[in-house]
Amino acid sequence: MTLLITAFWAIDPFTTQIVQVWNTDNFQRILNEPAYHSIITRTVVMAALVTVTDAVLAFPFAYFMARVASRRVQTLLFAAVLLPLWASYLARVYAWILILNHSGLLNWSLQSIGLPAANIGYTNVAMWVVFSYIWLPFMIIPTYAALERVPESLLEAAADLGARRWRAVRDVVLPLALPGVVAGSIFTFSLTLGDYITPILVGGAGSSFIGNVVYANVGIANNIPFAAALAIVPVAIMAVYLLIAQRLGAFEAL
Amino acid sequence: MSPKMGAEDPLKVPSPGPLDKPEKPALRLRSVSKNYGSVVAVAGVDLLVNEGEFFTLLGPSGSGKTTLLRLIAGFERPDAGRIELGGRDITSVPPHLRDTNTVFQDYALFPHMSVADNIGYGLRVKGVSRQAREKRVQRALAMVRLAGLGHRRPNQLSGGQRQRVALARAVVNEPEVLLLDEPLGALDLKLRQEMQIELKQIQQRVGITFVYVTHDQEEALTMSDRLAVMANGQIEQIGSPVEVYERPATEFVAGFIGISNVLLRNGVRFVVRPEKIQMVAEGEHAPAGMTVENGQVVEVIYVGMSSRYVVRLDRGEQLVAVRQNMDAVGDARKFEGRPVRLAWTPDDTYVLDNGR
Repeated sequence: MTLLITAFWAIDPFTTQIVQVWNTDNFQRILNEPAYHSIITRTVVMAALVTVTDAVLAFPFAYFMARVASRRVQTLLFAAVLLPLWASYLARVYAWILILNHSGLLNWSLQSIGLPAANIGYTNVAMWVVFSYIWLPFMIIPTYAALERVPESLLEAAADLGARRWRAVRDVVLPLALPGVVAGSIFTFSLTLGDYITPILVGGAGSSFIGNVVYANVGIANNIPFAAALAIVPVAIMAVYLLIAQRLGAFEAL
Repeated sequence: MSPKMGAEDPLKVPSPGPLDKPEKPALRLRSVSKNYGSVVAVAGVDLLVNEGEFFTLLGPSGSGKTTLLRLIAGFERPDAGRIELGGRDITSVPPHLRDTNTVFQDYALFPHMSVADNIGYGLRVKGVSRQAREKRVQRALAMVRLAGLGHRRPNQLSGGQRQRVALARAVVNEPEVLLLDEPLGALDLKLRQEMQIELKQIQQRVGITFVYVTHDQEEALTMSDRLAVMANGQIEQIGSPVEVYERPATEFVAGFIGISNVLLRNGVRFVVRPEKIQMVAEGEHAPAGMTVENGQVVEVIYVGMSSRYVVRLDRGEQLVAVRQNMDAVGDARKFEGRPVRLAWTPDDTYVLDNGR
């Protein structure tokens, strides 16, 4: 609420004091300046890309966990998925810096087998990799839960009616697990959308996210009304996203 | 007129006469066995089901009847033995290539598809054209009296309607053998009795071989051309309903199907069905040629159309006799505690195999 109200105030450019006058200048600035457009686009596209990547990676993994693996293997995989969440977010991001660095593990491995170095450290590609890794568990778990809830008899019924395994998965399991994937995407999308640490640590010069600009406007520029206005952008995007997710039945899957 | 047991089955379907078609095996099982770890689920079953037959596997839970059905469908592989469908060995054929279809106990309808899409799924997978598919789906819907409900989702239907959809989804594929796993188990009594009649009529109309699993003896007697009574993974007896009821091969069959009075006289164990026992009033003479024993009425159980008389014989055993309630309501109870004479014709008794 405060965020919403503050967004419609302004600051005195000379004293940098907040002036409590109702105006929409902050929003007009966001709408008119191309620099903000590209930052918002970058953030949303990255969030979408990470979500799709995680969905593609999580589905076969969760499927194996829920429907193929034995009890013991299932427990082991659960531990493998959940354990990284116990480690600090920063520790995990720094671990990736060590891997993706120009003289890091990745390039060292590539060079030792005679391949050219892949200098993806401090780029948007690095951000994509790190985000996808960090938020993957949040996609695997709801997808797993949805897959586990698909009764085995439905797969048997599909086979009984003549469908091969992959056909049964496509026609029956995939549509029934979709709400779980959408539920997972709420996490991966919103967590990426609101992040500002990974862009600082792994991103390059042109990797600023909405969160970074908000941070800069709070700390450096001291323009809290503008920061508030910009912060409303991801909130609005998430509101739309949640509305769509609800339509797809994601909340019943949680 | 001899008293008849009839209170439980007012909706009895006349069982059909002997099959007029030439008998051809649709399904044959040869010493099929299946174990789960150390548990023996099916132990060396031999079975022959004729084409167009309504064949029932009857048994208590854990008798292996559902496992046997799953072996035929291909969801389980037998540890030993052979399964033949229409003369072809299908023992190692996966379920999606078998010409069988199953009506599942929980129906297993696809919740994200409409009723019509559910029914048409098997045809779609097999690549039947859209037009032909639609026609057959409409016909199947009409057959199970659900015409006009094709656009609904399964969760918008009642239990009985879902059961019909499950049946239509299987029948529409015109399989060599249709497998039904306690399909009426989830329905209430009234609906179940209606569906028994309807299922039987549908089976006769489409002429598909049905293999039907149930633990309900009345259902089995009402619907089947022949039935196999199962216990502990083995078949105790195969025969027509009349044969199995009137001539139980083992004590288990006698006890599982209907109320059975097992007596031991002169070293011979035999069964007398309750409706074959006459109660002779004091002073009256039993008709000639009947065996007569004395006893005392312990309890009279009122079951609507008839009453069950539990009688303790002077020689120790307890028997149940059934009599239609011709007298005024409640009258029968006055017999409790009274001495009574029971009479039956030796022809109506059946000697049990001593082997088992």
